[in-house]
Amino acid sequence: MTNAFLRLTGISKSFAGVQALRDVDLTIERGRVHCLVGENGSGKSTLIKIIAGVYQRDTGEYVIDGKNLARLQPIDAIREGVQVIYQDFSLFPNLTVAENIALNEEVAEGRRWVNWQQVRNVAADALAQIEVNIPLDVTVGEVSVANKQLIAVAKAMRQNARLIIMDEPTTALTEREIRALFSVLRKLQERDGVAFLFVSHKLDEVLSISEKIIVIRNGKTVSEGERDEYDRARLVYDMTGHSITEKSYDFEPDLSQPPLLKVENLNAEPMLNDINFELRAGEIVGVTGLLGSGRTELALALYGMQPIKSGRITIDQKPVDLRSNRDAIAHGIGYVPEDRLSEGLFLEQSIAKNVVVRTIESLRGSLGLTDPAKISGQVSQWVDALRIKTADPALPVNTLSGGNQQRVVLAKWLASNPKVMILNGPTVGVDVGSKEELHNLMKKLAGEGMGLLVISDDIPELLGTCNRILLMRNGTIVEEINTKETNENKISSKLIED
Amino acid sequence: MDQTAPPKRMSLRLPFDFYTLRLFIITLAIFIAFSVLLPGKFLTVLNMKSMAVQLPEFGILAFAIMITMLTGGIDLSIVGTANLSAIVAAMILTGLTGADGTGGVPLAAAIPLSMLGALLVGSICGLFNGFLVSRIGITPILATLGTGAIYTGLSFVLTGGPAITTTQLAFIGNGSLLGVPIPIIIFFVVVIISVVILNRTVFGFNVYMLGTNPKAALFSGINSDRVLLGTYWLAGVIAGLAGIIFLARTNSAKPDFGSSFILLTVLIAILGGVSYTGGFGTVVGLVLAVLSIQFLSTGLNMLMLELFPSSAAIFFRQFAWGGLLLGVMVLNYYTEKRKR
Repeated sequence: MTNAFLRLTGISKSFAGVQALRDVDLTIERGRVHCLVGENGSGKSTLIKIIAGVYQRDTGEYVIDGKNLARLQPIDAIREGVQVIYQDFSLFPNLTVAENIALNEEVAEGRRWVNWQQVRNVAADALAQIEVNIPLDVTVGEVSVANKQLIAVAKAMRQNARLIIMDEPTTALTEREIRALFSVLRKLQERDGVAFLFVSHKLDEVLSISEKIIVIRNGKTVSEGERDEYDRARLVYDMTGHSITEKSYDFEPDLSQPPLLKVENLNAEPMLNDINFELRAGEIVGVTGLLGSGRTELALALYGMQPIKSGRITIDQKPVDLRSNRDAIAHGIGYVPEDRLSEGLFLEQSIAKNVVVRTIESLRGSLGLTDPAKISGQVSQWVDALRIKTADPALPVNTLSGGNQQRVVLAKWLASNPKVMILNGPTVGVDVGSKEELHNLMKKLAGEGMGLLVISDDIPELLGTCNRILLMRNGTIVEEINTKETNENKISSKLIED
Repeated sequence: MDQTAPPKRMSLRLPFDFYTLRLFIITLAIFIAFSVLLPGKFLTVLNMKSMAVQLPEFGILAFAIMITMLTGGIDLSIVGTANLSAIVAAMILTGLTGADGTGGVPLAAAIPLSMLGALLVGSICGLFNGFLVSRIGITPILATLGTGAIYTGLSFVLTGGPAITTTQLAFIGNGSLLGVPIPIIIFFVVVIISVVILNRTVFGFNVYMLGTNPKAALFSGINSDRVLLGTYWLAGVIAGLAGIIFLARTNSAKPDFGSSFILLTVLIAILGGVSYTGGFGTVVGLVLAVLSIQFLSTGLNMLMLELFPSSAAIFFRQFAWGGLLLGVMVLNYYTEKRKR
């Protein structure tokens, strides 16, 4: 009782008749780490925005620091010490680190002229307070994601944060950066009594960092309790309403058959060095490594988008020359990019157009004109086959959830019937339930004879889907691991060996 | 990326999009308003015909702007291209037949040759733009600003300044087929061809996709260079066709004809709902925008002449164009805001 900083009771919120939250309770305790988990669409973002004063609740009580607040604007929440760090960090990439941290205060003080010395001092103070060292004069656009995160934290602390809410804080970070971030946060928690609320998809992370867990599903609180009351299975059960068990992918390659894809002594820009591996029809091979290990570069080289310096790539025993991704496509290689939103999809265009973008050439009828009947035939075939949940394929792709968007990217490739699919981070930003379905789909495709190369830093994902995992470091493959003979800890510790 | 809130409204699909419907209503309202305000003047066969020959001059050029805008670019050289094409056509005509039409080559051969010449010039100008944009990677607005100046400069070099006059294409500019002026027939042929190209060809499909997200287009294997080259080539050909109309309508070709058309066609494209960032825009919207601009110009001209029989009319027409554009943008702003 005594330790509650923020207490929400019976919060409901609806948008245009759709109930986003109903009767949600939530207690944030001073100086503790809380995790809010739930699938996409469960109401997490709405809840955070209500806490931050961005949305007004329809019903319910909002008690902060013993004060019962009737109406709440963002500025009131900030005044009470609530700071939200969104995924984009709300920083200005073209301003320097110092300006980003300190300009808020300059503006708040109503100065007409900027005092640059003071800006530097404030920023230096703020970074010293969280005990990190980032150059003050570089622009934020140039610093790493991890440092952006820390800058946002410093800025929040500068505004006397007592509760810091972070939306998916570790999405783009490496293991090492995550550890560094959490050690900073733990210091603030212990020293300054700051409470944290993380929103996360990553179950292992939730279990390892949080002290309290709140699970919401379909806009309702499903459970709220101490960390010790939860394990992975319970979290999944509470989030989805059913239990999910993923079986690993069993595959015995037929060694009498030639490999589908063979890479020999591949050297490619900017840093790939002596890459050798084979991919057989029906295999799912994982590629993992830390950020900067060359895993994405390998994917791009095989997709013809990195200049190849030397080496041989053979598909179906025929050597291929990949000068552009159109060459790769012509040889039956498909690529699901890392950044679905900017590289994989035409977000504002319809689901239908996105599905047929690869195959439109073949959907022509008389006079060489595109045939609407053939197009809608192909679209409905893939919408059904991949169970893309939409009211109408003519709706833009940005109306879909993350998991369904990824299915559209897959549909686009599957429609053109590739032999080899390279999937880079296939389930990033996809919730647990959809993730499982995507994994099953990948296994089904492999079962039908496709060769899949899955690039991911999600080790459980690779263990659950691949029969082999290639470990990359400094632009080369350092080890090949049979998934049956390993576990998550072994791989994780191998990743950070130097 | 959690997109919990706010949930999308249930979207009911209408057989036409909201924007086009509203533009249709605006166009109709302008038409009705002038018919009422100018009894016996606006809504007459004579006036309809006169608008039908005026509108294709800029209406055809608007398609060149539209297609380049769909890829996320723009072609500012279209008026330069059109004038250069007109001049080359006029030179072929006068060169082959003599200024009075009594030269060596029969008219029946000279006219098609001159038209072919104009389209060829348009093609070359367009391909050069496309080359600069796709291969060299110059920002379209800068590349075509530069080439536009070059094409106009070439026109001055070719003519030495004054206009080249020839009346041999007047049968197109002032003629009619079954009572319908030929220029408007050409305009509607361009409309139909544009509908087919944009909605029913792989090229048109790729234009929209490339304009929506060039990066995703690259990753999807769309040959962006070829699509861009095709786009600017097509814009050049359309400009060449517009050049033929210029020549046929005015019986002369000069380097500085229609200098206000660039601004006007951009305005039409925006009014017609073509997104200036690329990827969106329909032929129907563009046609409605062309019509509403023509109604507004003619109607206001008549109204001004009636009220102040002086020279204020010209000034007021531009005022009305700008006002219409801003009005539509403000309306868009408020409807977008209400949706949120």
